[in-house]
Amino acid sequence: MDSVAVVGASLAGLSAARALRAQGFGGRLTIVGAEPHRPYDRPPLSKEFLAGQMTTADLALEGEGEDLDAEWRLGVAATGLEQGRSLRIALADGSAVEAGGVVIATGAVARTLGDGLAGVHTLRTIEDAAALRADLDGARRLVVIGAGFIGAEVACVARALGLDVTIVEAAPAPFARALGPEMGTALSGLHEDHGVRLICGAAVRGLTGEGRVDGVLLEDGRRLDADVVLAGIGARPVVDWLDGSGVLVGDGVVCDTGGATSVPGVVAVGDCAAWFDPALGAHLRVEHWTGAARRPATAVQTLLSGGAAVPDTLAPPYLWSDQYGLRVQFAGHTLPGDEVSVEEGDLASRRFLAVYRREGRTVAVLGVEQPRSFTRWRRRLNEPAGAR
Amino acid sequence: MIPACPLAALPRGEALRIETDPPIAVFHTEDGELYAVDDTCTHQDASLADGWLEGCEVECPLHASRFDLRTGRVDAPPAKLPVRTHQVVVQDETVYVVPSDLPPNLPPGVRTTSA
Repeated sequence: MDSVAVVGASLAGLSAARALRAQGFGGRLTIVGAEPHRPYDRPPLSKEFLAGQMTTADLALEGEGEDLDAEWRLGVAATGLEQGRSLRIALADGSAVEAGGVVIATGAVARTLGDGLAGVHTLRTIEDAAALRADLDGARRLVVIGAGFIGAEVACVARALGLDVTIVEAAPAPFARALGPEMGTALSGLHEDHGVRLICGAAVRGLTGEGRVDGVLLEDGRRLDADVVLAGIGARPVVDWLDGSGVLVGDGVVCDTGGATSVPGVVAVGDCAAWFDPALGAHLRVEHWTGAARRPATAVQTLLSGGAAVPDTLAPPYLWSDQYGLRVQFAGHTLPGDEVSVEEGDLASRRFLAVYRREGRTVAVLGVEQPRSFTRWRRRLNEPAGAR
Repeated sequence: MIPACPLAALPRGEALRIETDPPIAVFHTEDGELYAVDDTCTHQDASLADGWLEGCEVECPLHASRFDLRTGRVDAPPAKLPVRTHQVVVQDETVYVVPSDLPPNLPPGVRTTSA
């Protein structure tokens, strides 16, 4: 393979480019990015960056003097992929990139509420975070729609800025699917501790306001006053550009356990990719930072070997969040019916370590302000019980 | 020279954080070597003493960067800068740290209280 195009210039794309060079690829390397920026780190956008403790320069993912010997095509989105004698990626400015191999790393975009009202935000990019911060300064009331990690983190920052904050969640408890109802409820107690109102089981009917949002209308008829609204209602993979390319797409680009797609010479990584997870027996799109950082090395091995590489066992998904000064960490995958037990600390103190078990195996671990023991449990995930 | 702890209080495979400014982490490896580095990961605010010690390396508990305790070098992103190393001295069964004169590589948003 004498040329590779990496489509996507965020963590997954950069990690793929690094892996290509680290694994000895010496050919032409092109990195395409829809955003105008060099690769930057997104997790701080809802934390330190929003709080004003980090600058744009602090977000840079590349090291000082790091040189991947790549041609960067930034600020231009990919619009199509064609298979011919080589792979041809069409770009939004009318140009194209030809390559022998392609790494799809186009990520995801935030789902929006789509009313076009001023004061309604999503949070995915540097610009989103800067606009949200500017709007929070001087606002009195924030309504967060969706009690996921982004919503919870923004609520924390806004509360620290002195805003009156309400979170609206459609599910009966926050994180019910990701962490299970019991732990979801335990974590939601953090909001109440800090004077943030949490309304669960409440669907949003719409937003009110003329030109600028002034409230959120719930299905039960309640209306919440709002100067600023953040929609933290998830993200959808950026895969529209693959229509007609032959690359099989479901909820994200469908990949095998090594990142290979349905098209030879094309692999996919990061938020847009749904790798087959043998532990679950299903394709799973994982929107976590760690997967975007680690899986590209496997995908690049797949690409450079033509699919002959035997992938390492998938590391369990891992995520972290900072909420009200507490570090929340979760690793693994939980399903309804898993047995959950608190192994250290206690729920009332909001500092605890909980372990999820299924058929005698430890399948997931949740730590709140327990970094040391969390690391130890995370290392033992999927080992049979009693192995250590 | 800062006293860290009695040698007997730091078994092999364990780490200790000293509340200096910035804090320092002291590691006792499985091979019986003692090392000290700045406790705060150079990427984000996380305590390396809480990390995973393997051989002469510690993996940050928050992400996956590993630091070589002998040199401070980092093996893989997200951390980009090495962690500052300090000299360790054992005298009369007590572990001491000789703090480095070099400036620390603290992550964005973390500052020493004296700086």
